[in-house]
Amino acid sequence: MAEKVLMKGNEAVAEAAIRSGCRHYFGYPITPQTEVAAYMAKVMPKIGGVFLQAESEIAAINMVLGASSAGARAMTSSSSPGISLKCETISYIAASDLPCVILNVQRGGPGLGGIQPSQADYWQATKAPGHGDFHLIVLAPSSVQEMVDLCMDAFDLSDLYRIPALILADGLLGQMMEPVVFKQRKKISLPEKKWATNGHNNKREHNIINSLYLTPEILEKTVLERFKRYDIINEKEVRFEETNTNDAEIIVVAYGACVRIVNSAVKMAREKGIKAGIIRPITLWPFPNKIIEKRAKTAKAFLTTEMSMGQMVDDVRLAVNGEKPVHFYGRTGGVIPTPIEILEQIEKIIGGLR
Amino acid sequence: MPRVTFREQRCKGCELCVSVCPQGIIEILDERLNSMGYYPVGVKEENMDKCTACAMCAKMCPDCVITVEK
Amino acid sequence: MSIVFQKPDGLIDVPTGYCPGCTHGITHRLVAEVLDEMGITGKTIGIASVGCSVLAYNYFSCDMIQAPHGRAPAVATGVKRVLPENFVFTYQGDGDLAAIGTNETIHSGTRGENITIIFINNAVYGMTGGQMAPTSLPNQVTQTSPYGRDVKTAGYPIRICEMMATLDGVAYAERTAIDGVAGVNKTKKAIRKAFETQKAGLGLSIIEVLSTCPTNWGLSPIDSIKGVKEKMVPYYPLGVYKNKGEK
Repeated sequence: MAEKVLMKGNEAVAEAAIRSGCRHYFGYPITPQTEVAAYMAKVMPKIGGVFLQAESEIAAINMVLGASSAGARAMTSSSSPGISLKCETISYIAASDLPCVILNVQRGGPGLGGIQPSQADYWQATKAPGHGDFHLIVLAPSSVQEMVDLCMDAFDLSDLYRIPALILADGLLGQMMEPVVFKQRKKISLPEKKWATNGHNNKREHNIINSLYLTPEILEKTVLERFKRYDIINEKEVRFEETNTNDAEIIVVAYGACVRIVNSAVKMAREKGIKAGIIRPITLWPFPNKIIEKRAKTAKAFLTTEMSMGQMVDDVRLAVNGEKPVHFYGRTGGVIPTPIEILEQIEKIIGGLR
Repeated sequence: MPRVTFREQRCKGCELCVSVCPQGIIEILDERLNSMGYYPVGVKEENMDKCTACAMCAKMCPDCVITVEK
Repeated sequence: MSIVFQKPDGLIDVPTGYCPGCTHGITHRLVAEVLDEMGITGKTIGIASVGCSVLAYNYFSCDMIQAPHGRAPAVATGVKRVLPENFVFTYQGDGDLAAIGTNETIHSGTRGENITIIFINNAVYGMTGGQMAPTSLPNQVTQTSPYGRDVKTAGYPIRICEMMATLDGVAYAERTAIDGVAGVNKTKKAIRKAFETQKAGLGLSIIEVLSTCPTNWGLSPIDSIKGVKEKMVPYYPLGVYKNKGEK
């Protein structure tokens, strides 16, 4: 039985990365994720790994590009404004078919915003993490344990598909302390990184890591080939969690730290006799469209709750496809909604249905 | 006898080699175009005996057009 | 008959896209010659930047990475930290290194990364059609300084070697010029010295090579070489600005 340790989210995710074999972390201080860098700074030198505080978030993600090109498991972390800085190079990394892990511990925005938690980078993560046609695998933990588990999954998925993975966390998850277990994981079979630029030693053709294709037909071809991998991920890697949806009249869709509040609200609703259920996406890309489509046939309404002005609600609406009404409730700027507020929304919607 | 060989199809006619040859034996070859659309340079056979294999032409060439032998 | 001079193995045998007389071709060859002569081509990873030399990954026969504009030293840092026994170099133009990438340039020097930066300074942005560069000279006419660079509004050119030499992590900094065969020879020696510095693990090495852009200077290749000597060298003095290896 593995040992249970009480850990802060930011530190737990750093430890998870290390246990995933990541020995190259490049970061820059920004609240509320600086503890990731501080932890890496303490631990990496002790295990022969590399911790480097870069001159900027831009430099950090470019160091990740280099380290990944050389065949290593590399990671960077930041928070909202810092992730914006990284976007150009994230596009390059995706377009060069390089694996890596990026952690966004979201804070209030836009602009310099605030340092309290938010979920207002959903669009950035799932729709436009950088210019051009590409996707990241986006994983949304909702507990410190999931910060650990999904981080370790992120490295595996990223290497398996040669697609960068983004862990979309928030300040709540980064700062909270919960008991975690670092479980023994089944080792998955991963292909050798024959494409890495690690010196050909005159034994093979030279490898090129590149994203420039000046001939439109060739560029289109590379994008189409990449989208074929996205199709496979869409088939195989969708993850979500359902609670009480079988008989639910109202289904609340929420992810990350927000779903913990929704859990309380839905529990209170059930105690009041309201048939409420929850769908919690764990992969935000690929988005769990099929389950929402399925439940749209039996539920009477959906409520999406986010710590933003409503970003994931767009994807819920697309999946529901007009079958049933999709409502939204959110708080932004770093304000965290309370269970009572969400319960009131549920009651209002149910009242409207009667 | 020293000899320089020019890969005519790679030459862009920039004439940097022409400007540095101490013997002044490199010239545009009879105004004939190569497949890239440039006027390539070379050394006429009758001038080859003046070549000293100093390789200044080859060092100045941006396109690795010239091989120098001695 | 023995070969006195031929194309080095460190360069792939393809025609380049560079303009006639562009000195990129010369400096590419010098880097390739040094790598071959040191026997390290197979252990080297080069980082191509954004600019005319973006396609360098098609020309050098070592492993190559194409980096975002200005970020090559950061990418190189990532590679070198994973593969400290390998050789890593960046190949950057004046916009890449001295405009958008100045921060990465400086900090790779601050940290003393054991990489080699080959800096091609031709005082103009070539690939995008001849705009003003941070290294464009006062009164230089370019597409974005059509009345000549006015130092009052557009500022003064930046001297990278001098600046980098002030950083303790920079182990070797030299400025050379492709202003003739002698300049070509000196540039090769400097590039060799840079890679020897990397081999000895002394810190960052940077070679600034004053170069030409015949197309955007509006000069013939031969006159461009003269231009380097007559116009650029006076503003950017040649020489060794830092040499930690020197006792």
